[in-house]
Amino acid sequence: MSELILWIGSNLAGALVFMGGLGLVLAGVLAVANRKLHVAEDPRIDEVEEMLPKANCGACGFPGCRPFAESCVSGASNPGGCTVNSTDMSQFIAEFLGVELGEEAKRVARLACAGGTHVARMRAQYTGLKSCQAAVVTGGGGKACSWGCLGLADCEVSCDFDAIRMNRYGLPEVSEEKCVACNDCVEACPLDLFSLQPVNNRLWVACKSLAEGDEALEDCEVACTACGRCAADAPEGLITMVNNLAVIDYARNNLATRLPIQRCPTGAIVWLEGEQADKGLAAKKIIRKDPLPVGLDPDPTHLNSSP
Amino acid sequence: MINGLHRLFDTDRWFRRTFSHGIHPTENKHFTADKPIQRFPFAPELVLPLSQHAGAPSEPLVHLGQEVLRGEPIAKAAGFMSVPQHAPATGVIKKIELMPTSKGPRTLSIILEVYPGDSQEVRYAQERDVDAMSPQEIVQAVQDTGLVGLGGAAFPTHVKLSPPKGHSVHTVIINGCECEPFLTTDHRVMLEQTDDLILGTRILMKALGAKNAIIGTEDNKPDAVEALKAKLPEDGSISVEMVRTKYPQGAEKMMAKSLLGVEIPSGGYPSSVGLAVFNVSSTAQLGSLLPQSRGVIERVVTITGPGVSKPGNYTVAIGTPIRFLLDELGFRGNAQHLILGGPMMGGTVSSLDVPITKGCGGVLVLTEKEMQGQTASAAYPCINCGKCVETCPMHLNPCHLGKLAYKHRYEEMADAFQLNDCFECGCCSYVCPSGIPLVQYFRISKASNREKAKAS
Repeated sequence: MSELILWIGSNLAGALVFMGGLGLVLAGVLAVANRKLHVAEDPRIDEVEEMLPKANCGACGFPGCRPFAESCVSGASNPGGCTVNSTDMSQFIAEFLGVELGEEAKRVARLACAGGTHVARMRAQYTGLKSCQAAVVTGGGGKACSWGCLGLADCEVSCDFDAIRMNRYGLPEVSEEKCVACNDCVEACPLDLFSLQPVNNRLWVACKSLAEGDEALEDCEVACTACGRCAADAPEGLITMVNNLAVIDYARNNLATRLPIQRCPTGAIVWLEGEQADKGLAAKKIIRKDPLPVGLDPDPTHLNSSP
Repeated sequence: MINGLHRLFDTDRWFRRTFSHGIHPTENKHFTADKPIQRFPFAPELVLPLSQHAGAPSEPLVHLGQEVLRGEPIAKAAGFMSVPQHAPATGVIKKIELMPTSKGPRTLSIILEVYPGDSQEVRYAQERDVDAMSPQEIVQAVQDTGLVGLGGAAFPTHVKLSPPKGHSVHTVIINGCECEPFLTTDHRVMLEQTDDLILGTRILMKALGAKNAIIGTEDNKPDAVEALKAKLPEDGSISVEMVRTKYPQGAEKMMAKSLLGVEIPSGGYPSSVGLAVFNVSSTAQLGSLLPQSRGVIERVVTITGPGVSKPGNYTVAIGTPIRFLLDELGFRGNAQHLILGGPMMGGTVSSLDVPITKGCGGVLVLTEKEMQGQTASAAYPCINCGKCVETCPMHLNPCHLGKLAYKHRYEEMADAFQLNDCFECGCCSYVCPSGIPLVQYFRISKASNREKAKAS
């Protein structure tokens, strides 16, 4: 025995035998452990996961694609719950599992602000880090309306599906086609302007300002002044005025028509059709070539500057 | 450079205590250091946010159209972590509505229209004998004055006077360092309101049952130390100490370190090492208000900077809009940048309608000249030079924290790299050769973590 140990310790062949033997023993241990500790898993989970888009976006309400695949296989969810997959692919998964497709009502992210640089006033020029969150912690950014979109594109950056693009007025525009309702922009917006809405919620208040009528208008040309005309024109209970803002009760969405938008003086309440936001006939037509100047005062020299 | 040499040859300075790390920003106190405190006229309209302090917003006690006397309570405290508010002038309540504040989002504020013809006397004073009061009575009385930390944090003073169970305070530190460049509020208060300051210190010591008090100042205010030394009580319970001038000496953790060599543990209160730290302006206000049962209605504000024509130290009524201050004092040049507080930790304001609140000790107006090149778009990538690590007074690693923040790994920053020990002094941003706005990143990270904690 001691000679064997000496032989192993003294030459290259011994080292090879020892290391090889060690490898074999450990491989055996792993092989046994694999058998004994094996967790039976439905092989269909892997296959369904393969068929999912692997965007791990979370729009289905699960942390990622695999938990959703597990849920589909167990029958708790339907393949249609994935908003990213094409209908064909979801149908394929449904056939594969022998379950219903289960259509989800298409939802999209919508912005409750229409105050772009052409209509909303700035109090100050923000020159810090180009991020809405940074602006919010720096005196709230420069926008006069403290509820309005800051236009620094945190939502555009957060969108993995290229569904949000900043337009030339510094407002995010959502492509209804590309949006998968993953909730990323809702979380990214520090002012909570985004929300996920079923596509057939066509009536929309594009304003979140709680300021009183005239003050809201001073800050932004398209603010909701809570004048109450839309509520008066809409079927009973569809629109109510809460804290200087028109609020739509989407539980009564089946009553919604284009009528309430018609008399809105600012065009804050709109009818969304496709990518188009239709304003009422009474909404003032704003035509401006350049962005509004910085500062609420038309004449900034009113502060006596002494020599 | 000359300034630095002078520091080097000051032999007394060699023996003065300090903390490790920190920076020496240009002091710029010459604008206002020798200007006595003057009273500022009343603005026609005062804006009083109900949330001027850390904690729950006060609850209004007045209704629209009600006439109030100067010093009359107009809002009551909403619980223990809150303070009442008092009318800063005689006038009529015009509106209670959402108004812009320095932090950004609009908050509910009381708008008081000041009667221009009134003599503006305080008619809400009632003498009382502080010596006969018990510590509990003093704590309640302090809450009734509506006093908060006037150094900037606006933390209710009476909360500091009720340390958690098991903590006992042996030493009260009165913080007169005022390490922020430009500001001279505390300096002038120490010079001009010395009696009130000493009385306030004694009230604080009594409320906490503390045996000693140290008034600490930086060595750039020798005149304040002389003025205080002349008024110290005979029994030696209050002393004045000079520490080296270095930023951020005025932070409470740095005060404890420099004056007593003790470290306040991470996440702990000063009371866990037997200390309580108060600002000199707060203490002086306490000394003048408490014996007369009055409330905080005004404060000393340094209005300064190259952009102001008549910089100085002024007693300003709480709620005075900045627009009014600057209209009265006049702009010079092209005023570009407005900061409430000092240049290192103060907040930029985006609206001139923002009022002076209890926690605001300075208004700094910078012009285009100072702001040249000072934009975040001028930031370069981190070069790992380690300057921020060398200056961070909390011995954190701002460079690494900044990289994590850039990748939105906010929770990891708090869990593994002590983000919450950062008190946003700004040393790291100040020294960063790449101009990375580190503190802004940290503020975003903290705000994001707070929101997440609230949601869960």
